[in-house]
Amino acid sequence: MNPTRKRRLGFLLVMLLAIGIAGTLVVIALQHNVRYLLTPTDVAAGQARGDHPFRLGGVVCEGSIKRTQGTLDVRFVVTDRVHEVPVRYTGILPDLFREGQSIIATGQLGGKGFHADEILAKHDETYMPKEVADAIAKGKALPRKPCAPPPP
Amino acid sequence: MLPEIGQLALILALLLAGLQALLPLVGAQRGSEPWMRVARPAAYAQALFVACAFAILVRAFVTHDFSVAYVARNSNSLLPLVYRIAAVWGAHEGSLLLWIGILALWTAAVARFSRALPLPVIARVLGVMGLVSFGFLLFTLLTSDPFARLLPMPSEGADLNPLLQDPGLAMHPPILYSGYVGTTVAFAFAIAALLDGKVDARWVRWSRPWTNVAWALLTTGIALGSWWAYYVLGWGGWWFWDPVENASFMPWLAGTALIHSQAVTEKRGSFRGWTLLLAIAAFSLSLLGTFLVRSGVITSVHAFAADPARGVFILVFLGIVIGGSLLLYALRAPRDDDGAPFAAASRETLILANNLLLTTACAMVLAGTLFPLFADALKLGRYSVGPPYFSLMFGLLMAPLLLLVPFGPLTRWQREQPSVPLKLLVPWLGVALLGGALALVALPGAWWKPAAGITIGFWLLAGTARFVRRRFALAGQRFTAEMAGMSLAHTGLAVFFFGVLLTESLGVQKDVAVMPGHSVEAAGYEFRFDGVERIQGPNYVADHGSISVTRNGAHVADLHPEKRQYLAGGQVMTNTAIDPGLRRDLYVALGEPIDANGGWALRVYVKPWVRCIWLGALMMALGGLVTAFDRRFRRPAEAR
Repeated sequence: MNPTRKRRLGFLLVMLLAIGIAGTLVVIALQHNVRYLLTPTDVAAGQARGDHPFRLGGVVCEGSIKRTQGTLDVRFVVTDRVHEVPVRYTGILPDLFREGQSIIATGQLGGKGFHADEILAKHDETYMPKEVADAIAKGKALPRKPCAPPPP
Repeated sequence: MLPEIGQLALILALLLAGLQALLPLVGAQRGSEPWMRVARPAAYAQALFVACAFAILVRAFVTHDFSVAYVARNSNSLLPLVYRIAAVWGAHEGSLLLWIGILALWTAAVARFSRALPLPVIARVLGVMGLVSFGFLLFTLLTSDPFARLLPMPSEGADLNPLLQDPGLAMHPPILYSGYVGTTVAFAFAIAALLDGKVDARWVRWSRPWTNVAWALLTTGIALGSWWAYYVLGWGGWWFWDPVENASFMPWLAGTALIHSQAVTEKRGSFRGWTLLLAIAAFSLSLLGTFLVRSGVITSVHAFAADPARGVFILVFLGIVIGGSLLLYALRAPRDDDGAPFAAASRETLILANNLLLTTACAMVLAGTLFPLFADALKLGRYSVGPPYFSLMFGLLMAPLLLLVPFGPLTRWQREQPSVPLKLLVPWLGVALLGGALALVALPGAWWKPAAGITIGFWLLAGTARFVRRRFALAGQRFTAEMAGMSLAHTGLAVFFFGVLLTESLGVQKDVAVMPGHSVEAAGYEFRFDGVERIQGPNYVADHGSISVTRNGAHVADLHPEKRQYLAGGQVMTNTAIDPGLRRDLYVALGEPIDANGGWALRVYVKPWVRCIWLGALMMALGGLVTAFDRRFRRPAEAR
């Protein structure tokens, strides 16, 4: 092999190595940092593992928001009009959070429902995750029943 | 009547863009001078018509012409004048028109400031820019007409999204777009060089100042967006690794790699193919960014519309541009790399490392941003990729880059004794590490981040200062604008990382429930909540909070955060109150009332050194601008 070829081969090997390492790291990092988005129906079907954080998407059920007076503790029910999941959260809610608004809550299942660490209400008021929209469309056909109040 | 004229102006601009693309490109292939001469006048005329259309849309907003659907959706008779103008680019159609307008400006600028260039080159460059403009004009006219009428005319408009009613937002899109669109110039020069078949150092010298200006504007635009998110969204964060932020960050990473590799190609003739590829990549990523943001495939603050026709159009356009330019690259790229050979220890190698790390970071961001899209399309489930992924990967890739930055300028081209730069810099690295170790001892609770911030900041600063001193010490060597720009940008990098790591680690955030008269303590500051009163603004009513901040009994600031309800749409918005300072920001936002006795949820932040983040970014941008005005680039094009 002449020196130029040798240099090119060396360069190529270093590149391949770099790409390999980078690719592996990306895959590992992705595995640890992706979150599923589940609807209340998915949760009811047992798709959520108890200790694994996930994102819960749905609509804040009308009349379900309960605040413990004088604290930041708030409880409400997220629904896709078929199933419901009670949610509890401590902190400041986003501006667009209100009853009937579609939200995404990040957290995990615990006793008495879903414990959220973060609540996102999208800035676009018409926004709704596709799954949630589909589930609600299905739910609309069913007779509308009032939400159960969130457990204390 | 005027809106129809605006539409007509857009159609004429489309035809002119087609002319500007077709005749000069064909003319350049056939060597027909009259055809090539069409490029400049067509570019000016196109810019004129686009400006007409833009002015007409502005006028429709200013005069409350709600018969235009776009105005009716995004304005309101209560909206103050400056936001009526900013509302022009507040949503999809208008922001596309802004894209086109800025592209027309860039094209006219290239046409005006390229007198020294050979005619075939300028014909091809303007031709390629005409093609891009043609695509965007066609997109606007077919799927997103800003002048579409709404009949019957509503008596009132729906109002601009309150989040966008802010001076920062009036500035953010035009500047960011100027950067996005500016990558078109580097791309057009690259394609022109490929078409020409002469991929030599000259095309790089011509396109370097343009690339640097575009990169500087992109940097400023991203910094403004980050600043806006910081004080408007009310979460106190400055970067969220949101898909839309990533969309602007990917062209920035590719562009940063490009401005470095262009320097090598221009001065040494090496990396020619690679520089071409990076120019194509930076532009393709700008287009991809537009696609991600505008098509609605990713939902965020910026996704204006989820219209599938638009998504498909942009995707096809993207496919043609990327596929076409890569095909051209495959056919015409220089096979022989006849740049000056270089040894393992040389500035070329260091810039190669810079490029590898930056492009890998770019690929990493791309993977994280597109993974949820692919997973969804392939029915693997709906995922989201969180900030931990990006932060971890970005940190891993940036660490070696930051270590190498000071070595670059102090290492000679072609071949260098490794001991020379090492001897100059290792003592300073030692001092930087010592500073970090001291921080580790002084701030035991904060773990590694403040120590890293101080080490990185000092290392980059000292390394850059060492370069400047050496340049001045060597007699008979000029200190060029290019070197000044580079030093400024690298100093900005130091300031930026110092700010990021210290804010992230030493910032204090408290979400609390407070009663009027009660106080919250954060990082040595005492925030006393004095209650909330109702006030009336021009187009909103607000709960106006009063918080007085003291430190050790001494008064520091009075802060008045607001919770606004806009009258037109009923949207609620938080207006934060910030007491800014170089060393720290005091940041307060109102949450919601929590009981009947005037108690409120309150968000209190103390953010040390957070201003350094934007200050550093602005220094980088300024460095890019200074470099672009190096005298070398203004000399008439001659062979080296």
